[in-house]
Amino acid sequence: MSAHLILRVVAKLLIPLILIFGFYVHFHAKYAPGGAFQAGVILASALILYALIFGMDAARKAVPPWAARVVLALGAFIFAAVGFVSLFFGENFLDYNVLLPTDYRAQYLGIILVEIGVLMTVTAVIIAIFYAFAGRSPEITDEDW
Amino acid sequence: MMGDLTQYFDYVLMAMLLAVGVAVIRLRNLFAIVMLTGVYSLLSAAWFTSLDALDVGFTEAAVGAGISTVLLLAAMLLTSRECDKVSVSRHWAALAVCVAAGAVLLYALPDMPVYGSPDTPVNAGVGMEYMDRTADDLKKIPNVVTAVLGSYRGFDTMGEVFVVFAAGVGVALLMGLSGRRREEDE
Amino acid sequence: MLEMLSERFVYVVIIVLMMTGLYALIATGNLVKRMVGLTIFQTSVFLLYITMGKVFGGVPPILDYKDLSNGTLDPNQLYSNPLPHVLILTAIVVGVATLAMGLALVVRIREAYGTIEDDAISEADYSLELEKGV
Repeated sequence: MSAHLILRVVAKLLIPLILIFGFYVHFHAKYAPGGAFQAGVILASALILYALIFGMDAARKAVPPWAARVVLALGAFIFAAVGFVSLFFGENFLDYNVLLPTDYRAQYLGIILVEIGVLMTVTAVIIAIFYAFAGRSPEITDEDW
Repeated sequence: MMGDLTQYFDYVLMAMLLAVGVAVIRLRNLFAIVMLTGVYSLLSAAWFTSLDALDVGFTEAAVGAGISTVLLLAAMLLTSRECDKVSVSRHWAALAVCVAAGAVLLYALPDMPVYGSPDTPVNAGVGMEYMDRTADDLKKIPNVVTAVLGSYRGFDTMGEVFVVFAAGVGVALLMGLSGRRREEDE
Repeated sequence: MLEMLSERFVYVVIIVLMMTGLYALIATGNLVKRMVGLTIFQTSVFLLYITMGKVFGGVPPILDYKDLSNGTLDPNQLYSNPLPHVLILTAIVVGVATLAMGLALVVRIREAYGTIEDDAISEADYSLELEKGV
């Protein structure tokens, strides 16, 4: 792996920027194009780049496969839980107005909570799928580059 | 009929998409096919952007052109690099199916809404209502797509998230839960 | 007839693109190429939805934040339809998840049969049945 010096340096510079961009896309989605689905994919692609440059073992150390599986389930759980909270307070499923007294603020909070759930699931699913495929890939030899 | 500047982009992108599609049919080298699929996704992302669907263009560029290509490359590495030649009869069968299906779809063409018109059933119905209601209900959220996705159609989105969840679990079950290399498992 | 066609020309091209994907799907025995054909078909369907939501002279469905805060939104401003965007945005992510599922099955088939050409797979199945004497 030591042969790809330029790739390693560029990747080290790029990965933090990709992560920041992913979070920007997520948290700025209410004002500009973007959203949890895109942000999840961008965050996962940062890890994919890391795995491609530094190898699968380093990537597995950074984000262990069990963590991806836990987050994958947790995100879907958060989404459904927000729905059940409204149900619990006697409103319709996923009616955010019960969360706060002011209606539009409650909607705002509800969208934020739900989007966090989506972000977690999408990121973790893409990472889990990548691990599943890359775990089987034969190592790419230098002649194949 | 009022026109729009973006129509000129349409014709260029349509021509490019058709060229890529025909190339995918004709090629037999899987690596070239996979890369052309990425090109196809990126071109359609460009078209989505010119059609005012910024969020969709963004998603297609990240997911279709990025992640799909990575997955197809990984699958290609694990399986084969070349397609086998197929018999001529199969090409004729495919052509017959495509002509028949395309004829049925084209038969339905007069019922489609006029392209770009603001008063078709598609654009005069519930979709545009969200534009007005978002300003009243949500007050502080200018991006209507996010508002509809998270609030008005939250239940839809929940269904989609669970489909993604199920697909992730399914892949993990098919390919091994540990994500480790097979030699280490056995 | 000609006016009808010229107003809907974009749909004609998208139907042709769909058929391109369908052709790539049928006219091959290779399972990976089939998934590629399916992806092309799927992307073309997305294009169909988004072109329907386009409004000439419209802008992307994002309101102006300043006008929104002050309550001075221009009521005559045309926007493209946000609803198809929402539907397709989620569909794209679901599409990649199902693509991954299909490719996982292809990889497993390759591990079990040693090939991903459908003729060879049927052949292997057939000879296995003969061996078993079913």
